[in-house]
Amino acid sequence: MTTNQREDRDRPESPQNSSPTERVLFGAIGAGLIALSLRQRGTVGVLLAAGGALLVAGAAMGQGLGEAVTGVRRTQDDQIKVEKAITVGLGADELYTFWRDFENLPRFMDHLESVKVGGGDGQRSHWVAKAPVGTTVEWDAEITADEPGRRIAWRSLEGATVPNEGAVEFRPAPGDRGTEIHVSLTYRPPGGTLGATVARLLGEDPNIQIEHDLRRLKRLLEVGHIPTTEGQSSGRKGAMKAEAKMYDNRRTS
Amino acid sequence: MKAVVWQGVNRMGVETVPDPQILQPTDAIVRVTKTAICGSDLHLMDGYVPSMVHGDIVGHEFMGEVVEVGPEVRKVKVGDRVIVPFPIACGKCWFCQKGLTSLCDNSNPNPGLAEKFWGYSPAGLYGYSHITGGYAGGQAQFARTVYADANLYKVPDGLTDEQVLFLTDIFPTGFMGAEHCDIQGGDVVAVFGAGPVGLFGIASAFLLGAERVIAIDRFPERLEMARSYGAETINYEEENVFELLKEMTGGRGPDSVMDAVGLEAQAHGLLGVADAVKQTTRVLESDRPHALRAAIMACRKGGTVSVPGVYGGLADKIPLGAFMNKGLTMKTGQTHVHRYLDRLTGYIQRGEIDPTRIITHRLTLDEAPHAYHIFKHKHDGCIKCVLDPWADPKDHEPTPAPQAQG
Ligand SMILES: NC(=O)c1ccc[n+]([C@@H]2O[C@H](COP(=O)([O-])OP(=O)(O)OC[C@H]3O[C@@H](n4cnc5c(N)ncnc54)[C@H](O)[C@@H]3O)[C@@H](O)[C@H]2O)c1
Ligand SMILES: [Zn+2]
Ligand SMILES: [Zn+2]
Repeated sequence: MTTNQREDRDRPESPQNSSPTERVLFGAIGAGLIALSLRQRGTVGVLLAAGGALLVAGAAMGQGLGEAVTGVRRTQDDQIKVEKAITVGLGADELYTFWRDFENLPRFMDHLESVKVGGGDGQRSHWVAKAPVGTTVEWDAEITADEPGRRIAWRSLEGATVPNEGAVEFRPAPGDRGTEIHVSLTYRPPGGTLGATVARLLGEDPNIQIEHDLRRLKRLLEVGHIPTTEGQSSGRKGAMKAEAKMYDNRRTS
Repeated sequence: MKAVVWQGVNRMGVETVPDPQILQPTDAIVRVTKTAICGSDLHLMDGYVPSMVHGDIVGHEFMGEVVEVGPEVRKVKVGDRVIVPFPIACGKCWFCQKGLTSLCDNSNPNPGLAEKFWGYSPAGLYGYSHITGGYAGGQAQFARTVYADANLYKVPDGLTDEQVLFLTDIFPTGFMGAEHCDIQGGDVVAVFGAGPVGLFGIASAFLLGAERVIAIDRFPERLEMARSYGAETINYEEENVFELLKEMTGGRGPDSVMDAVGLEAQAHGLLGVADAVKQTTRVLESDRPHALRAAIMACRKGGTVSVPGVYGGLADKIPLGAFMNKGLTMKTGQTHVHRYLDRLTGYIQRGEIDPTRIITHRLTLDEAPHAYHIFKHKHDGCIKCVLDPWADPKDHEPTPAPQAQG
C-alpha cells in the first residue's frame, strides 16, 4: 500500500474521526435513547436501546455518527471517492478475468441492473444502475487502463448523469492468503455531496454499498453462493417480521 | 413442525412453525432426533446477546437423520445419521482451510451487523441471534442445515445419539478450552465453572496430560460431578478462591486457568452489584466478567487464561495490570468444532470418555420451557438437558413459556 493513494483525504488519518463536540453530542443522544428505551416496552424499547448502545459505543471509541452517517469524503472538486479492499482466496489472473468481463459486475454489484459490453474494440460498455425510489440511471463508459492480472480502470463518457470513474487492482496477498482486490470509485452525485448525504440516509451509502458488493464477489467466487436465511421458518408474525428484516438486511421472513 | 422459539427476554416457548425447506443447493434438511440446551442458550434467553428477535428458532446442539439434500450436495446422503457442528463452515475460505471454522469468512449472512459490534464478522452459528447470521436453530423437529458437505459429520455405527450429541458443541468446546491452556507435563489447571463446558474442560485437561485440575463452582452436584472426573474442587461460596488456589499450588498459582462461566457469572460484593445493575441496561455493560477477573488474578506468572465462556459486548474493570505485569496469555473463541471431531469421536469409541454422564434430564421438546427454567436456575440437580423432538408429547398442548421473571 502506497501512502499517496490516500492523500486526497481531507482530514487527518486518526482512529478517532469525530470531533470532541461530535462525540459529546452523539454520546448524549445515545444516552438519551437508552434512557427512553428503559421506559418503552417491547420492540421499540429494544430498538431504541440498540441504537443508543451503538451511539454510546461509537462515542466511546471516537467513531461518531459523523463517520457513519454524514462522513462523505470529498475530493478537491466536490466529487465523492470511495476506496475499499477485500482479500479473496483465488489467483489474481482468475479475478482479473472475471472482472474484466464487465457483464459479470451486476452479479455482485447490487445497484447495477446490467452492463453490456460493445463498441470501441470492446473498450466501451453501457451501464444501467438502480437509483433511489425505483428509477434507473444509464451511462456509457470506456476502459482507460488494462493491465492483465493487475489492474483495470474505466470512466464514464461525456453526458453521464452521474459522471464516474473506477479502478480495480489485484495484488497478491502475503503467504497463502490469495489476492487483495483494491477498488476505488469516484463520482459526482446529482446534488453534490449534499445529494450523496441524502442518498445514504435513504440507504444508498456508497461506502457500504461497495463493501457489500466486494463481499458478495468474494462469496460468489470462493463458495459459489451468497449465504441467506431468506425463506427459512420462524415463529414470526406481523410486526416482528419487520424487526428481523432490519437485522437481516431486509432478506429474512 | 414444533420448535423452541425465543419470545422475548426470559421467554422460550414451543410453537408450531412451518417445516424448513431447502433454500440453497448446498443445503440439507435434518430430521432432529436429539437436541440439547447449552449455557449459551441461557445468554440468549436472558437477552444478553444483542439482536435476538421474537420468533427466532433457537438451538445449536442438534443431530439427526438427513431427509433431503440440495442438488449440489455430494458427500452427504439422505438417510445419513449426522451431528451438526454449531458454527457454520463454508469449507473454502482461508479460515476454514486453516481449521478455524468458527471464524469462517463466508457463512454469516449478516456480516455488517457483526462488524458494527466486533470489527470483523465471525462465522454464522445456528440459532444464535442475528449478529451471527440469524439462522434458525435445531431445537425443533426438523432443521435446515447449510453447506452440508462441509459441515454434517457422519456418526460411526455403534454409537448412540446421546454418546455423540455433545460433539456438536460442548465436548469440543471443553477440549479447545483445555488445548488453549497449552498444558505441559506437571501442569495444574484451574477451571471456573463446573457446568457442561467446565466438565468437558476438566476431562479434556486430563486427556491432554494435566497433572491436577481444580474446579470452582457453587453447586454441590456439579462439584461432585467434577470430582468424578478426577478434579479437586472449591466451592466459591464457602472459600476464598484466590487464597485456596494459591495454597493448593504451593504458592505458585495454577499454570493455566479456564473461564468456563462467561458473561452471566455470579458474584458477591460491591463490584458484583455494580455490574449487575449496569448489565440490566444491556448497554452500559453487557457482560459480567467476574470469572474472567478471578481467572486473571489467580493465574500464575507467565501462565495462560483460556476463555471458552461467551462474552458479547463490553465489560468493565478487567484487571489488565495483572494481565500485563504477570505476562499472561489469553486464548478464546467460539469453538472450531470441525477440527476436533475425528479425534474426539475416537475417545468416545475407545471408551476413554463417556459424554452421557453429564445428562441429568431427558425431556420432550414440549417440555423445553421447563428445561430452560431448571437449567437456568440449576434446580432439580440439573446439569444438562437433552430433548427428544419426537417423543410422545404426553397429550398436552405445547407448554407456554413461564412469565418473565428474574
Ligand atoms: N466458546 C464456545 O464455543 C462455547 C460453546 C458452548 C458454551 N460456551 C459458553 O460456556 C459457558 C458455560 O456454558 P455451560 O453450558 O457450561 O453453562 P452453565 O450455565 O451450565 O455453567 C456455568 C457454571 O458457572 C458457574 N458459575 C457462575 N458464576 C461463577 C463464578 N463467579 N465462579 C465460578 N463458577 C461460576 C455456575 O454455577 C454454573 O455451574 C457459557 O458462557 C457458554 O455460553 C462457549
Ligand atoms: Zn453451545
Ligand atoms: Zn469459510
